[in-house]
Amino acid sequence: MSEQAAAHAVKAIVAGHGSFATGVISAVEAITGRGDRFIAISNAGLCLDDIQRTLTMALDDTRARVIFTDLPAGSCTMAVRRLVRNRPGVVLITGINLSLLLDFAMQDDSDPVAAAHAALERGRASMVAHGA
Amino acid sequence: MPIELYRIDDRLIHGQVVVGWGQPLNLSFIVLVDDDVAESEWEQELYRMGVPPDMSVYFHDVPSAAAALPGYQADARPGIVLVGDIGTMTRLVDATNGSIHAVNLGGVHHSPGRTPRLRYVFLTNAEEQGLRAIAQRGVDVSAQDVPGARPVPLDELLSATLDA
Repeated sequence: MSEQAAAHAVKAIVAGHGSFATGVISAVEAITGRGDRFIAISNAGLCLDDIQRTLTMALDDTRARVIFTDLPAGSCTMAVRRLVRNRPGVVLITGINLSLLLDFAMQDDSDPVAAAHAALERGRASMVAHGA
Repeated sequence: MPIELYRIDDRLIHGQVVVGWGQPLNLSFIVLVDDDVAESEWEQELYRMGVPPDMSVYFHDVPSAAAALPGYQADARPGIVLVGDIGTMTRLVDATNGSIHAVNLGGVHHSPGRTPRLRYVFLTNAEEQGLRAIAQRGVDVSAQDVPGARPVPLDELLSATLDA
Protein backbone atom coordinates (compact mmCIF):
# COMPACT_ATOMS: atom_id res chain seq x y z
CA MET A 1 0.00 0.00 0.00
CA SER A 2 1.38 3.42 -0.87
CA GLU A 3 2.03 5.90 1.91
CA GLN A 4 -0.90 8.02 0.73
CA ALA A 5 -3.24 5.05 0.58
CA ALA A 6 -2.08 3.99 4.03
CA ALA A 7 -2.84 7.45 5.35
CA HIS A 8 -6.36 7.24 3.92
CA ALA A 9 -6.87 3.90 5.68
CA VAL A 10 -6.64 5.70 9.02
CA LYS A 11 -10.14 5.89 10.43
CA ALA A 12 -9.50 8.03 13.47
CA ILE A 13 -7.01 10.15 15.35
CA VAL A 14 -6.33 9.46 19.02
CA ALA A 15 -4.87 12.39 20.96
CA GLY A 16 -3.99 12.82 24.60
CA HIS A 17 -1.50 13.28 27.39
CA GLY A 18 1.91 11.63 27.52
CA SER A 19 1.87 8.17 25.92
CA PHE A 20 -1.90 7.73 26.30
CA ALA A 21 -2.60 7.54 22.56
CA THR A 22 0.27 5.25 21.62
CA GLY A 23 -0.53 3.11 24.65
CA VAL A 24 -4.21 2.61 23.95
CA ILE A 25 -3.55 2.05 20.23
CA SER A 26 -0.94 -0.56 21.09
CA ALA A 27 -3.58 -2.32 23.19
CA VAL A 28 -5.99 -2.28 20.23
CA GLU A 29 -3.22 -3.72 18.05
CA ALA A 30 -2.45 -6.45 20.57
CA ILE A 31 -6.09 -7.48 20.85
CA THR A 32 -7.32 -7.07 17.28
CA GLY A 33 -4.37 -6.38 14.99
CA ARG A 34 -6.18 -3.23 13.92
CA GLY A 35 -3.94 -0.60 15.45
CA ASP A 36 -3.25 0.76 11.99
CA ARG A 37 -6.77 2.22 11.91
CA PHE A 38 -5.50 4.96 14.21
CA ILE A 39 -2.77 7.53 14.43
CA ALA A 40 -1.52 8.79 17.79
CA ILE A 41 -0.85 12.36 18.83
CA SER A 42 0.64 13.45 22.15
CA ASN A 43 0.54 16.95 23.62
CA ALA A 44 3.92 16.37 25.29
CA GLY A 45 6.14 19.43 25.03
CA LEU A 46 3.71 21.33 22.79
CA CYS A 47 2.12 24.71 23.35
CA LEU A 48 -1.54 25.20 22.47
CA ASP A 49 -0.75 26.56 18.98
CA ASP A 50 1.50 23.59 18.19
CA ILE A 51 -1.11 21.13 19.43
CA GLN A 52 -3.65 22.83 17.17
CA ARG A 53 -1.22 22.77 14.22
CA THR A 54 -0.34 19.10 14.72
CA LEU A 55 -3.98 18.08 14.90
CA THR A 56 -4.87 20.16 11.83
CA MET A 57 -2.11 18.48 9.82
CA ALA A 58 -3.24 15.06 11.00
CA LEU A 59 -6.83 15.77 9.98
CA ASP A 60 -5.75 17.07 6.58
CA ASP A 61 -3.33 14.20 5.95
CA THR A 62 -5.64 11.39 6.99
CA ARG A 63 -9.01 12.93 6.11
CA ALA A 64 -10.23 11.27 9.28
CA ARG A 65 -13.67 12.34 10.47
CA VAL A 66 -13.30 11.01 14.00
CA ILE A 67 -11.00 12.25 16.76
CA PHE A 68 -10.77 10.58 20.14
CA THR A 69 -9.22 12.35 23.16
CA ASP A 70 -8.54 11.30 26.72
CA LEU A 71 -9.75 14.10 29.01
CA PRO A 72 -12.55 16.67 28.65
CA ALA A 73 -10.38 19.47 30.06
CA GLY A 74 -7.21 18.36 28.27
CA SER A 75 -5.32 20.63 25.91
CA CYS A 76 -5.86 18.23 22.99
CA THR A 77 -9.59 18.30 23.62
CA MET A 78 -9.61 22.09 23.74
CA ALA A 79 -7.67 22.25 20.47
CA VAL A 80 -9.95 19.74 18.75
CA ARG A 81 -13.04 21.57 19.88
CA ARG A 82 -11.71 24.65 18.12
CA LEU A 83 -11.04 22.59 14.99
CA VAL A 84 -14.40 20.85 14.78
CA ARG A 85 -16.14 24.20 15.00
CA ASN A 86 -15.03 24.87 11.42
CA ARG A 87 -15.15 21.31 10.13
CA PRO A 88 -18.69 20.05 9.79
CA GLY A 89 -18.81 16.28 9.59
CA VAL A 90 -15.94 15.74 12.03
CA VAL A 91 -16.80 14.39 15.47
CA LEU A 92 -14.82 14.59 18.72
CA ILE A 93 -15.33 11.91 21.35
CA THR A 94 -13.56 12.67 24.62
CA GLY A 95 -12.96 10.63 27.77
CA ILE A 96 -12.38 7.43 25.80
CA ASN A 97 -11.41 4.00 27.06
CA LEU A 98 -10.10 0.80 25.49
CA SER A 99 -13.52 -0.82 25.11
CA LEU A 100 -14.72 2.14 23.09
CA LEU A 101 -11.72 2.07 20.82
CA LEU A 102 -11.95 -1.70 20.30
CA ASP A 103 -15.60 -1.44 19.34
CA PHE A 104 -14.80 1.32 16.88
CA ALA A 105 -11.90 -0.62 15.39
CA MET A 106 -14.07 -3.66 14.74
CA GLN A 107 -16.80 -1.81 12.86
CA ASP A 108 -15.73 -2.26 9.25
CA ASP A 109 -18.72 -1.18 7.26
CA SER A 110 -20.24 1.61 9.27
CA ASP A 111 -19.83 5.26 8.55
CA PRO A 112 -16.96 6.32 10.87
CA VAL A 113 -18.99 8.99 12.61
CA ALA A 114 -21.89 6.60 13.23
CA ALA A 115 -19.40 3.97 14.37
CA ALA A 116 -17.89 6.44 16.83
CA HIS A 117 -21.29 7.22 18.34
CA ALA A 118 -22.06 3.51 18.65
CA ALA A 119 -18.66 2.85 20.19
CA LEU A 120 -19.28 5.62 22.71
CA GLU A 121 -22.23 3.69 24.10
CA ARG A 122 -20.13 0.52 24.30
CA GLY A 123 -17.35 2.38 26.07
CA ARG A 124 -19.73 3.86 28.63
CA ALA A 125 -21.32 0.50 29.32
CA SER A 126 -17.94 -1.17 29.82
CA MET A 127 -17.19 0.65 33.05
CA VAL A 128 -18.47 -1.56 35.85
CA ALA A 129 -17.61 -1.91 39.54
CA HIS A 130 -17.11 -5.38 41.01
CA GLY A 131 -16.78 -6.29 44.67
CA ALA A 132 -16.82 -3.57 47.33
CA MET B 1 -8.41 32.17 51.92
CA PRO B 2 -5.82 33.78 49.62
CA ILE B 3 -5.45 32.82 45.98
CA GLU B 4 -3.55 29.53 46.05
CA LEU B 5 -1.53 30.01 42.89
CA TYR B 6 -0.68 32.68 40.32
CA ARG B 7 0.25 30.55 37.32
CA ILE B 8 1.73 31.19 33.88
CA ASP B 9 0.69 28.39 31.54
CA ASP B 10 0.44 28.74 27.77
CA ARG B 11 -2.18 25.99 27.63
CA LEU B 12 -4.40 27.97 30.03
CA ILE B 13 -7.11 25.63 31.35
CA HIS B 14 -6.06 22.02 30.76
CA GLY B 15 -5.55 18.73 32.55
CA GLN B 16 -2.67 19.81 34.78
CA VAL B 17 -4.61 22.81 36.00
CA VAL B 18 -8.04 21.24 36.44
CA VAL B 19 -6.97 17.84 37.76
CA GLY B 20 -3.27 18.05 38.69
CA TRP B 21 -3.63 21.22 40.78
CA GLY B 22 -7.40 21.46 40.97
CA GLN B 23 -8.01 18.36 43.03
CA PRO B 24 -5.25 18.64 45.67
CA LEU B 25 -6.00 22.34 46.15
CA ASN B 26 -9.74 21.66 46.11
CA LEU B 27 -10.11 24.55 43.70
CA SER B 28 -13.48 26.22 43.49
CA PHE B 29 -12.60 28.81 40.90
CA ILE B 30 -10.14 29.84 38.21
CA VAL B 31 -9.55 33.48 37.30
CA LEU B 32 -8.43 33.35 33.68
CA VAL B 33 -6.67 36.57 32.68
CA ASP B 34 -6.26 36.84 28.94
CA ASP B 35 -7.11 39.85 26.80
CA ASP B 36 -8.19 37.76 23.80
CA VAL B 37 -10.29 35.24 25.71
CA ALA B 38 -11.91 38.10 27.63
CA GLU B 39 -13.28 39.37 24.30
CA SER B 40 -14.54 36.03 22.99
CA GLU B 41 -17.76 34.50 24.29
CA TRP B 42 -17.03 31.35 22.29
CA GLU B 43 -13.58 30.86 23.84
CA GLN B 44 -15.04 31.47 27.29
CA GLU B 45 -17.67 28.82 26.72
CA LEU B 46 -14.96 26.42 25.50
CA TYR B 47 -13.04 26.83 28.74
CA ARG B 48 -16.16 26.71 30.93
CA MET B 49 -17.09 23.37 29.44
CA GLY B 50 -13.62 22.01 30.23
CA VAL B 51 -13.97 22.29 34.00
CA PRO B 52 -16.08 20.28 36.44
CA PRO B 53 -19.56 21.64 37.17
CA ASP B 54 -18.57 22.70 40.68
CA MET B 55 -15.65 24.83 39.47
CA SER B 56 -16.26 28.42 38.34
CA VAL B 57 -14.21 30.26 35.74
CA TYR B 58 -14.04 34.05 35.69
CA PHE B 59 -12.65 35.86 32.65
CA HIS B 60 -10.80 39.15 32.68
CA ASP B 61 -8.45 41.33 30.70
CA VAL B 62 -5.54 42.66 32.73
CA PRO B 63 -7.10 45.96 33.91
CA SER B 64 -10.34 44.35 35.05
CA ALA B 65 -8.43 41.49 36.70
CA ALA B 66 -6.34 43.98 38.66
CA ALA B 67 -9.49 45.76 39.80
CA ALA B 68 -11.24 42.52 40.78
CA LEU B 69 -8.26 40.82 42.42
CA PRO B 70 -8.89 42.07 45.99
CA GLY B 71 -12.33 40.51 45.81
CA TYR B 72 -10.95 37.17 44.68
CA GLN B 73 -8.25 37.32 47.36
CA ALA B 74 -10.95 37.85 49.97
CA ASP B 75 -13.06 34.96 48.67
CA ALA B 76 -13.39 32.16 51.21
CA ARG B 77 -13.08 29.54 48.48
CA PRO B 78 -9.71 28.33 47.13
CA GLY B 79 -8.91 29.64 43.66
CA ILE B 80 -6.09 30.27 41.23
CA VAL B 81 -5.20 33.04 38.83
CA LEU B 82 -4.11 31.81 35.42
CA VAL B 83 -2.40 33.67 32.58
CA GLY B 84 -1.04 32.39 29.28
CA ASP B 85 2.23 34.28 28.99
CA ILE B 86 4.91 36.09 30.94
CA GLY B 87 3.99 39.49 29.53
CA THR B 88 0.46 39.22 30.89
CA MET B 89 1.72 38.24 34.34
CA THR B 90 4.19 41.15 34.28
CA ARG B 91 1.35 43.56 33.54
CA LEU B 92 -0.82 42.00 36.22
CA VAL B 93 1.92 42.22 38.85
CA ASP B 94 2.53 45.85 37.88
CA ALA B 95 -1.17 46.67 38.12
CA THR B 96 -1.82 45.08 41.51
CA ASN B 97 0.45 47.06 43.83
CA GLY B 98 2.40 44.28 45.48
CA SER B 99 -0.53 42.00 46.26
CA ILE B 100 0.97 39.12 44.26
CA HIS B 101 3.77 37.52 46.27
CA ALA B 102 4.56 34.38 44.29
CA VAL B 103 4.32 33.34 40.65
CA ASN B 104 4.28 29.78 39.39
CA LEU B 105 5.74 29.14 35.94
CA GLY B 106 3.77 26.10 34.90
CA GLY B 107 4.26 25.78 31.17
CA VAL B 108 5.88 27.86 28.42
CA HIS B 109 6.51 25.47 25.60
CA HIS B 110 8.81 25.33 22.62
CA SER B 111 8.61 27.89 19.86
CA PRO B 112 11.25 29.45 17.58
CA GLY B 113 13.68 31.72 19.42
CA ARG B 114 13.12 30.13 22.80
CA THR B 115 15.90 28.39 24.73
CA PRO B 116 14.99 25.14 26.52
CA ARG B 117 15.35 25.49 30.30
CA LEU B 118 13.19 22.67 31.60
CA ARG B 119 11.08 20.03 29.89
CA TYR B 120 8.12 22.38 30.13
CA VAL B 121 9.84 25.77 30.07
CA PHE B 122 11.34 27.39 26.98
CA LEU B 123 12.19 31.09 27.13
CA THR B 124 13.29 33.94 24.88
CA ASN B 125 15.72 36.52 26.21
CA ALA B 126 12.86 38.98 26.54
CA GLU B 127 10.82 36.46 28.53
CA GLU B 128 13.77 35.84 30.84
CA GLN B 129 14.07 39.57 31.40
CA GLY B 130 10.33 39.67 32.08
CA LEU B 131 10.66 37.02 34.78
CA ARG B 132 13.60 38.87 36.34
CA ALA B 133 11.56 42.07 36.31
CA ILE B 134 8.74 40.29 38.16
CA ALA B 135 11.23 38.95 40.72
CA GLN B 136 12.74 42.41 41.20
CA ARG B 137 9.35 43.58 42.45
CA GLY B 138 9.74 41.19 45.38
CA VAL B 139 7.76 38.33 43.86
CA ASP B 140 8.96 34.77 44.42
CA VAL B 141 9.16 33.21 40.94
CA SER B 142 9.59 29.47 40.50
CA ALA B 143 8.85 26.83 37.90
CA GLN B 144 6.72 23.82 38.80
CA ASP B 145 4.43 21.98 36.39
CA VAL B 146 2.58 19.70 38.83
CA PRO B 147 2.20 19.73 42.64
CA GLY B 148 4.47 16.74 43.19
CA ALA B 149 7.39 18.28 41.29
CA ARG B 150 10.15 20.25 42.96
CA PRO B 151 9.73 24.02 42.54
CA VAL B 152 12.72 25.32 40.57
CA PRO B 153 13.78 28.81 41.74
CA LEU B 154 14.22 31.48 39.08
CA ASP B 155 18.03 31.70 39.29
CA GLU B 156 18.32 27.95 38.92
CA LEU B 157 15.79 27.96 36.08
CA LEU B 158 17.65 30.60 34.11
CA SER B 159 20.95 28.79 34.43
CA ALA B 160 19.46 25.43 33.52
CA THR B 161 20.16 23.87 30.15
CA LEU B 162 18.17 21.15 28.51
CA ASP B 163 19.08 19.21 25.42
CA ALA B 164 16.27 20.06 23.03
